[in-house]
Amino acid sequence: MYPSRFNYESPSTIDEAIALLDAGRGEAKILAGGQSLVPMLKLRFAAPETLVDINNIPGLGYHHFDEGGALHIGALCRHEDIEKSTVIAEGQPTIAAAAPLVADPIVRTRGTFVGSVCHGDPQGDWAACMIALDGFIVAQGPNGRREIPVESFVTGPFQNVLAHNEIAIEAVVPAPRGEARGAYLKLERRVGDFATAAVAVALDMSGDMVLRAGIALTGVGGTTVNAAEAADSLTGSTLDADSVSRAAELAAAAAQPRSDHRGSASYKRHIVNTFTARALSGIASSNERAA
Amino acid sequence: MTSLYEEVSVTPVDVPVRRVTITVNGQRRAADIEPRLLLAHLLRQGFGLTGTHTGCDTTNCGACTVLFDGRPVKSCTMLAVQADGHSVETVEGLASASELHPIQEGFKEEHGLQCGYCTPGMMMAAKALLEENPDPSEDEIRWALSGNLCRCTGYQNIVKAVMWAADKMRASAG
Repeated sequence: MYPSRFNYESPSTIDEAIALLDAGRGEAKILAGGQSLVPMLKLRFAAPETLVDINNIPGLGYHHFDEGGALHIGALCRHEDIEKSTVIAEGQPTIAAAAPLVADPIVRTRGTFVGSVCHGDPQGDWAACMIALDGFIVAQGPNGRREIPVESFVTGPFQNVLAHNEIAIEAVVPAPRGEARGAYLKLERRVGDFATAAVAVALDMSGDMVLRAGIALTGVGGTTVNAAEAADSLTGSTLDADSVSRAAELAAAAAQPRSDHRGSASYKRHIVNTFTARALSGIASSNERAA
Repeated sequence: MTSLYEEVSVTPVDVPVRRVTITVNGQRRAADIEPRLLLAHLLRQGFGLTGTHTGCDTTNCGACTVLFDGRPVKSCTMLAVQADGHSVETVEGLASASELHPIQEGFKEEHGLQCGYCTPGMMMAAKALLEENPDPSEDEIRWALSGNLCRCTGYQNIVKAVMWAADKMRASAG
């Protein structure tokens, strides 16, 4: 399969890349890891006039916690970098749990975190993590930078709010209020398949008390589902059996699954309930062990 | 060399091409290519390195896996132009003039293939694993190869082949 013809540009600075996007007037597209875009080019679902390859822009492959405790993930940070990261393993449990479940090990060497969020696939794992974590995207355009919550960043399947001349320069997970606890549970038929259903849970806790909660669902709606009601029901709770099962039921109610070859809608809803409860009670029991 | 895609489609003569220089299996190779050319096609049709197989062509099967600056990538899912200035290692780079690479020996000794279509990708993924982790467990091998599909073997002997290679490589390193 051959992509349509395109002009290929490989700028070495962000400003050059933005100028190229600006000149493209909506017909230019950023190429980062390419693990979603190249297949779409080959299938000719995407046929941009110009590809702006940002892989030769130095300094975008980073991930680090800043002094305030916020996690910054640069535009060229690969899934594999996150999977192998010791700072994320220690400091950001939701993202650490999802990293080894994204695509397959070889795709993870190239694909990028930020690119995956931008791609806006309702089956993408990272958007659910970012919504559960109240994360945001930093976009840079000709007029400077702006921050966009991931919750409102993706507007539909494969659509985001970036202007044609903006680049998503990094993803940011705000510092937790208290201790960051979390999980990502994903049901997939085999490695590399998209999720039948997956649940991202991110809690900020003080001892056994939930200060803030986020729950988001992958693969059970036209976009990533923010199960805000389920999450809010946990605020102030101690993850006792009642609050866990109530949150699980609310998460399942928030899902909008469709029956397809991966399973029936009711099966997927059941999975959301089970995974939410499992994630929360896992966090509760590890709290008890630590206490 | 002109654009490879001109061979398979009627194209105007003024199709822009770019000169790329890639270190392939330790040797510098240059080509004039269309930017839309995939790395797998440059390797196979441009450089004649047909050991890199294209299986699914949809980023699923891993038959086209090569090492890009030492890390495994699916070469059907990268533009060849992106490899400019980088190094690529294919299955042809495994054996020396006189002997097979231990991974190749392992696949032979443990019967790690039947039809052989997935084998080059399996071996390159295994090479990346063993460079990082010279003494992998069975689970770690299965995990590392989980992006590579085999329709023949059920994977048992592929895992054994990688174990065999790991043992041999550790013995000769030690």
